[in-house]
Amino acid sequence: MKTLADLKKIREKAQQEMKLRSSNTRIKIVIGMGTSGIATGAREVMKTIMDEVASRQLSDVIVTQTGEKGLSSMEPVVDIIEEGKPTITYGNMTAEKARKMMAEHVVNGKLVNDYVVAQN
Amino acid sequence: MKFYRSHILIGIDNTSLEAGVKEIEAALRTELDKNNLSDEINILETGSFGYFGTGVSMMVYPEQTTYVDVKVEDIPEIVEEHFLKGRKVSRLILNTNLLKKYNFNYKRRIVLDNSGKIDPENIEEYIGLGGYEAWEKALINLKPEEIVNEVKASGLRGRGGAGFPTGLKWSFTAPIKAEQKLVVINADEGEPGTFKDRLIMEGDPHKLLEGLMIACYAVGATKAYIYIRGEYKLCIERLEKAIAQAKEYGILGENIFNSGFDLDIMIKIGAGAYICGEETALIESMEGNRGEPRSKPPFPGVKGAWELPTVVNNVETIANVPAIIKNGAAWFTEHGVEGCTGTKVYTMMGDVNLPGLCEVDMGTPLRTIIDQYSGGMKDDRKFKGALVGGAAGVFLSDKLLDVKMDYNSLEEYAAVLGSGAILVMNDDVDMVEMLWSVIRFFRHEACGKCSPCTKGNEVLYTLVSKFRNGEGCEEDLDQMIEISQAMLDASFCPLGQSLIMPVKSAIENFREDFLMKIK
Ligand SMILES: Cc1cc2nc3c(=O)[nH]c(=O)nc-3n(C[C@H](O)[C@H](O)[C@H](O)COP(=O)(O)O)c2cc1C
Ligand code: SF4
Repeated sequence: MKTLADLKKIREKAQQEMKLRSSNTRIKIVIGMGTSGIATGAREVMKTIMDEVASRQLSDVIVTQTGEKGLSSMEPVVDIIEEGKPTITYGNMTAEKARKMMAEHVVNGKLVNDYVVAQN
Repeated sequence: MKFYRSHILIGIDNTSLEAGVKEIEAALRTELDKNNLSDEINILETGSFGYFGTGVSMMVYPEQTTYVDVKVEDIPEIVEEHFLKGRKVSRLILNTNLLKKYNFNYKRRIVLDNSGKIDPENIEEYIGLGGYEAWEKALINLKPEEIVNEVKASGLRGRGGAGFPTGLKWSFTAPIKAEQKLVVINADEGEPGTFKDRLIMEGDPHKLLEGLMIACYAVGATKAYIYIRGEYKLCIERLEKAIAQAKEYGILGENIFNSGFDLDIMIKIGAGAYICGEETALIESMEGNRGEPRSKPPFPGVKGAWELPTVVNNVETIANVPAIIKNGAAWFTEHGVEGCTGTKVYTMMGDVNLPGLCEVDMGTPLRTIIDQYSGGMKDDRKFKGALVGGAAGVFLSDKLLDVKMDYNSLEEYAAVLGSGAILVMNDDVDMVEMLWSVIRFFRHEACGKCSPCTKGNEVLYTLVSKFRNGEGCEEDLDQMIEISQAMLDASFCPLGQSLIMPVKSAIENFREDFLMKIK
């Protein structure tokens, strides 16, 4: 059994961790893993991105999953989130496109315009 | 080196090869030859451009015009217009502006504010963003009556179809003294084309759980069920994980936060009959019986599952509750319009550029939903009509494009918001076919308990099929409306009672389509 005080601690810890993570992280890569995303190949995209992060030894990048945001016809969707910049949403991703996105955007900071479907 | 005034880059990849890029390239060379342009214009093959449009794409330099979905037939026009006359063929140009400006409306989102942002399988991400604060506030600082009153004041209405005020529904069950009361989440989502509840559950399962916990405490229920359709595997998986995590963190279980309140949440899996989304049929199905509606009264809130007072609410309805409790009713009413507060999640289908899902304020006109949140009409086609509210919805014509989308405004036009499914149709769509498929659906889903609906659907199906086969006559149209009216008057449950909506609206708003089929 956890008490309210425990919940408060968890909340603070979670917030702290999120902050810490964002201060140590240059880029957050978020992959939409809803039903539509998975059906159109999001798992493979996720795996490719993880492989790229590992093989390039990118220590300032974190990769996480999320649900669907509503752009169902553009799945798999990947968000690139960087502090102080608009969130870039890539759509209709494949393993191949993900590899290009990693090389050009994540490593070299150049958007792959052709795959961008939204900037917010 | 030769100097060319233009270069055409053609994207070669699997998609374009399948779409016949080689033939198109050959046609382009021939056409340029024919116009004596081969010396001025160079053709180059390149890799994939990665455009989402299917088919063949080409980019013209130096102006950097991108044409997508190019077909062999388009080549003469491109050569003549673009390369001879210097005018771009606008109908083939990739509209990237549309996408770059795509509006998720995150600032106004309430139920989907975390969806697409947090990891749904990690409770700490939810907690870190203020999750379960409302639950804590409700359980520790508020009395059940205060919660019911706050939800009443928020003006929240049921998002499952009927739009019944949620606080009012709770206020019927809350004062009842019973050994056990229940709250059931209706996650059957059977309305064709609707998948909003799925996105809520798989994108942010803890939000549903938090809302459900608050609802249980408010009405005094110590047991809750989520009745979910079996096809929603990912939702079930994530909800199970979320329940286990909530228990592990002491947010759910016995004597939560030392308040003395116990709560258990269970998942019940449905088998996918449309009628089982109707609350009393859902209750029958939960009890293990055949999914047929019960007569009301007694209402489920008084005598529901296993004869216990049972509050049934839709997923989206309950997903609004945490924000209402956390931020207050006044904050909630800043969203939407009078009499219809908050937001609505729509599933957009059909002839729009970006089918999918959007959450916007109640009262947002259909035109705005199509243009701003769904990328506009596909291929710039003309809007003909929309089926709003699912199969049990209404066929709207372009006259109602600017009507506010909320329960009250639509009611003035005998239309309904229903579950929020919107099927957009361009001027190519034949309303006879549409109505036929709606009636076919109802004919299949009528549960068989009462004859006005079972027989009525058969007759409607026969009549609408006559038009499809070119054998209909004007009297048949009147008869279809008459039968639907009789079904409204005599059917046992809202399923049979609702055929009047699609039938009458299709025939009245798109009569021409039916008359055209009369030989
Ligand atoms: C044929 C029929 C199908 C229904 N299907 C659903 C459904 O899939 N999901 C849902 O939430 N409500 C459905 N409803 C409405 C429910 O009966 C009930 O009104 C609703 O769950 C109440 O929740 P709310 O007040 O939060 O909207 C259906 C109603 C009928 C008549
Ligand atoms: S109206 Fe249709 S669905 Fe409802 S009880 Fe009668 S037969 Fe069954």
